[in-house]
Parts: sequence; structure tokens; C-alpha cells
Amino acid sequence: MSETLNYWLVIVGILFVLLNIAAFLIWVERRMLALWQDRLGPNRAGPFGLLIILADTLKLFFKEDWIPPFADRHVFVIAPAVIVISVLLSFAIIPFAPAIQIVDLNIGLLFFLGMSSLGVYSIVLGGWASNNKYSLLGALRGASQMISYEVFMGLSLMGVVMLSGSFSLRTIVEAQKDYWFVLLQPVGFVIFFIAGIAETHRLPFDIPEAESELVAGFHSEYSGMKFGMFFIGEYLGITLISSITVALFFGGWLGPAFLPPLAWFAIKTAGFILFFILLRASLPRPRYDQLMEYGWKILLPLTLLNLLVTGGIILFLNQP
Amino acid sequence: MTITQSLFYFLAFVAIFSSLLVVTAKNPIHSVLYLILTFFTLTGEYILLNAQFIGIVNIIVYAGAIMVLFLFVIMLLNLNVESEPQKTNLMKFIGIITGGIGLVVLTAALKSTDPSNTVVIQEVDMGLVKNLGQVLFKEFLLPFEIVSILFLSAMVGAVLLARKETK
Repeated sequence: MSETLNYWLVIVGILFVLLNIAAFLIWVERRMLALWQDRLGPNRAGPFGLLIILADTLKLFFKEDWIPPFADRHVFVIAPAVIVISVLLSFAIIPFAPAIQIVDLNIGLLFFLGMSSLGVYSIVLGGWASNNKYSLLGALRGASQMISYEVFMGLSLMGVVMLSGSFSLRTIVEAQKDYWFVLLQPVGFVIFFIAGIAETHRLPFDIPEAESELVAGFHSEYSGMKFGMFFIGEYLGITLISSITVALFFGGWLGPAFLPPLAWFAIKTAGFILFFILLRASLPRPRYDQLMEYGWKILLPLTLLNLLVTGGIILFLNQP
Repeated sequence: MTITQSLFYFLAFVAIFSSLLVVTAKNPIHSVLYLILTFFTLTGEYILLNAQFIGIVNIIVYAGAIMVLFLFVIMLLNLNVESEPQKTNLMKFIGIITGGIGLVVLTAALKSTDPSNTVVIQEVDMGLVKNLGQVLFKEFLLPFEIVSILFLSAMVGAVLLARKETK
């Protein structure tokens, strides 16, 4: 009985913490962007402007939730839910600490890839259902961008799978006891992270919403909490990619014993989230064709080469 | 009825129902969405058989990639009722005959199998990644490699056909 209760507590606890982190990131992002761009940022509501989270959330809830008469109603409503559901489901396989993990699937990594590939539907369907040419352009860009970068995302992780011999995230973290996989797979890490930015369509890869060309891209027609879902989905996506990176390449919860495992995981993840924000503050957006060429002509050959070299070295070292 | 059985019947019902909707839906985008739902129910059936790898690959490849490309193409084509080519009665008749023959062949093929043996899993762990990899790369190495070469040549062929002539 107490074990079932414990299990439910972990699930509810993770959900609660994740949604709060996603909301908190609204404030973190604005303050950090302001810091890096020599501005003040939100500083009026509450200490350090912290209450802006509350103000923003309330505003989203009380705005008119408008469905355009020319939109495809059902698809329009489903689209924003898809991204939040697929990202939240991915968190089920992440080992936050030895005792805090919802489920340790032996196909864990593949489950993550599957869920992240479902996130595309949110953009494609949202853009199509809006029945607006800017939205449709955003949707088409989003579909081709995410389909392309998914390929390298999956392939760049296979080096880690070869080294640890498992798709289970817990086994992968435990295999990094002696050294982190980022030391053995630096190319894999860089490619995964770039693909991760493209999958969460964050700047510099936010061409599906590129506000200077497409109004707001795929979510131009969305308002109220439906827009809020896209917003929260994006921040959850950043958290997801950061924590997967930590688990796969930076030893997960492993670290010197003076801090508990969960704290190590949180610190490393926070570092990557800040890096995501720094990227937004510093890099301009590439053109659409540049993005595709960069992916298919540079990243794909590099990923395949990395896979070949890793496999060759493992075979060589394992020879009797 | 055990939980597995009732889950099986539920998933099978949703699968058949949604694939009927794929055919009857007026809007091609809605058809694609119902097809995605069908793939999800099939993944559920795979997982009931403990074939986790096939199940998740079904989601990654079919639901996650191929269906997105379908959506992409349909959006680019912008299909309308007016612009859609109407089929002649002869074409419809030929279609019914061909489909009927396919049904007869399928029924004959299914009749010869032993239904009492199909639901029971012979080896429970067969569908896990480790065991599947062992079988694929040891017992069936040659067919596996031939299939991958076939895929590669199909891919190169498609790129070649789609390429614009440059002088």
C-alpha cells in the first residue's frame, strides 16, 4: 500500500514541480535576457519582479479565448494540447535521482524520441487549423525543420547507447560512474544539443514562428490559455532537452557526495536552461534554406561519421 | 475476461473504427489524423504482446515521421472537392473487384492458420531490443542487409527522380 502511495506521490510531485518550473522560466528568461542585453527587465511587481509570473498567468487565463470562425474547430483545440502532453509524457523516463523516476523503460531513449517526434503535430495542426497563410507557412517550415533535425537527434544518441549497451536511462546514467559520456562523445553531445534547440524551435531556430516575417507563425490565431499551452510547452521542452542532455552526457545525478543526487541533477539542468536563454540573447536567426542546408549537408555526415568511428573504436577495444 | 483481453478488444475496436473513419472522412487532413489514431492502437497491440521495440518504432517511424510528411504534402497540394479528379464508374467497378479479390485471398490465408496458437506468446522476452537485435544480426543478417540496401537504392532513386535538371 505505502509503495503505491509513494509511486503516486512521485508522479504528482514531478508534475507539480515541472509545471512550476515552466512558469518560473517566464521570469528567469526575461530577467536573464535583460541582464545580457543591458536592460532592467521586469522589476515592478513584487521583489525582483517575481510576481510577473502571477500577473502573466492571470492575464492568460482571463483573456478572451477566441476560436476564429474560419478555423477547423476540433483540430484547432487539439493542437496546443498535443505539445504539452507529448513533452510531459517524455518526463516519465527521466531519472532525476536514484529513487525519483516514474518508470524505467528498457526502451527509454526510444520512448523519448517517439514522444518528441509527436510534438511536431502541435505546430503542423495548429498552423493548418488556423486557416491563415502566415500560420500555414509557419506550420510547413516547422514540419520540415523538425522532421530533418529529428534524424540527427536519434542518430547522435546512438553513440551513447553503444557505450552503455542499453536504451534505459538509468543504466546509461550508472554507466557514467567513472567519466561522463561528454568526454567520449563530444561530437554526439554538440549535435544532440543543436537538434534539441531545433526540436523545441527556440531561437536561433525559431523559424516556424519568426515574428519579423510571419506575425507569430503557427500560433498567430491563438489567444488566451490555448496560446498559453504553446508557451508552457516551449518552456517544458527546454527543461526536457536540458535534463535529457544531463542524463545522457553529463552523468545525471552523479556528483561529489556533499550534495544530494537530486541537487546535482537540478544544478546541471539549470545550467543548460540558462545556456538556452543565452543563445536566444546572442544569436540571430538563420534563413530557412540555410537551416536546412546546415542540417543535411553538415550535421548528417558528421553524425554518421561519429557513429562509424565510435562503433569502430568499441569493436577494436573489445577484441579478445 | 482479464485486463489484457479487454484491452485487446478495446484497442481492436478503436483500430477498426478509426480506419473506417480514415476512408469515410471528407477532409484529407482528418483522414490522416484518424490514420495516426489507428497507428497508436496498433502500437498498443504490440505492447500487449510485449513487443516494445516494434511498438515504439511504429510510433517513431509511422506516426512521428511518415504521417507528418503526409500532412506536409496534403497541405502543399491544398486538396479541394472541386479540383479533385472524379473517378469514372468503370474505375470504381475495377476498384471494387480488385478489393474483393484481395479480401478473398486474405480470408483464405487466415483460414489456414491455427487460431488457438496466435494469441499465446511463445517467448515472452522475444520483442525486447536485446533479443531482437541478436536474432536480426545473427540469424537473419543477410536478409536484413539486403533490405537496407534496397531502402538505400530506393532513397537515392527518389532523390534522382525529384532533382531538377541543371545544365
